[in-house]
Amino acid sequence: MAIQLRSAAELEKMYRAGQVVHEVLNTLRDAVKPGMTTMDLEQQAEEIIAKGPGKAAFKGYRGYPCVLCTSVNSEIVHGIPSPKRKLREGDIVSIDFGMELDGYFGDSAVTVPVGHIGPELQKLLDVTRESLDRAIDKMRPGNRLGDVGHAVQSWVELHGYSVVREFVGHGIGTKMHDEPNLPNYGEPGRGPRLQEGMVIAVEPMVNAGRPEVQMRGEWVAETADGSPSAHFEHTIAVTANGPWILTRPKGTTGPSW
Amino acid sequence: MAKQPFEDKKKGDSGNPKEDAIEVMATVIEPLPNAMFRVELENKHQVLAHVSGKMRKNFIRILAGDKVAVELSPYDLTRGRIVYRYK
Repeated sequence: MAIQLRSAAELEKMYRAGQVVHEVLNTLRDAVKPGMTTMDLEQQAEEIIAKGPGKAAFKGYRGYPCVLCTSVNSEIVHGIPSPKRKLREGDIVSIDFGMELDGYFGDSAVTVPVGHIGPELQKLLDVTRESLDRAIDKMRPGNRLGDVGHAVQSWVELHGYSVVREFVGHGIGTKMHDEPNLPNYGEPGRGPRLQEGMVIAVEPMVNAGRPEVQMRGEWVAETADGSPSAHFEHTIAVTANGPWILTRPKGTTGPSW
Repeated sequence: MAKQPFEDKKKGDSGNPKEDAIEVMATVIEPLPNAMFRVELENKHQVLAHVSGKMRKNFIRILAGDKVAVELSPYDLTRGRIVYRYK
């Protein structure tokens, strides 16, 4: 199937879904404290969603049980919130959340330090976040998908980290996961050409150690070598004026997260 | 939420019909010509089963009375493929 192009009106709807995603993630980001469980985060998210229109996109998606994915330390993505999983000082936790509003989706994720973290973990977060920014900057008409993947891969590997191959960013619109796949690696100048109106969730997943993934159960992906892993994500629209980050308020400047 | 590259494809839609088979236990009733066997499934149905290529290649002999694993196609439940002989 071809990659869908979204009209200005559709982008506006996706922007509204994205704003709810942003509000939830921003609130949770400030709420993260040592001693709380990942289920506490889940409950806070549910409370915020209940107040407004729209519904959480993950719950029920292929049988996923929760509204959030909370992936701690060596968990890469799709960690399932649990009352038994306590966050401890020095952990990192990736919070991934998506909304469906008016038939359109928004999807975003941020990795948050729990209390004070070591300089090595901080560097992992900084490099991963910067790789997302560099990828977003490639989301312009005329560039190719390979340019975006390459932006992530080159920056990450420059710092001695590795990108996860088993999971990819994705087109998003009236479905949460749509065409095309966006691997976090690639060769510049390869792949489909980006056009105005394409919307893609860009999400680098970066392991401090080796890239291999080990699955725990159906959902949870962990690093095979136990090294910590970071994950940042935004839903990006390709527009004539350059990339539009749908999952944060208009007019925000500076780094994407 | 990160996507798995091939999740658009439905489960069991691997393009390989052999992977959609239902595997059941059975007992061999009688050998027939052309490496076919009449086997009785646990649910007492009798089906005609041939020996899988892998078992033929490795000269796994099958005799009447052997317990075997049989794969059935969901499309034709009267025929099957013997994929394992239990000792």
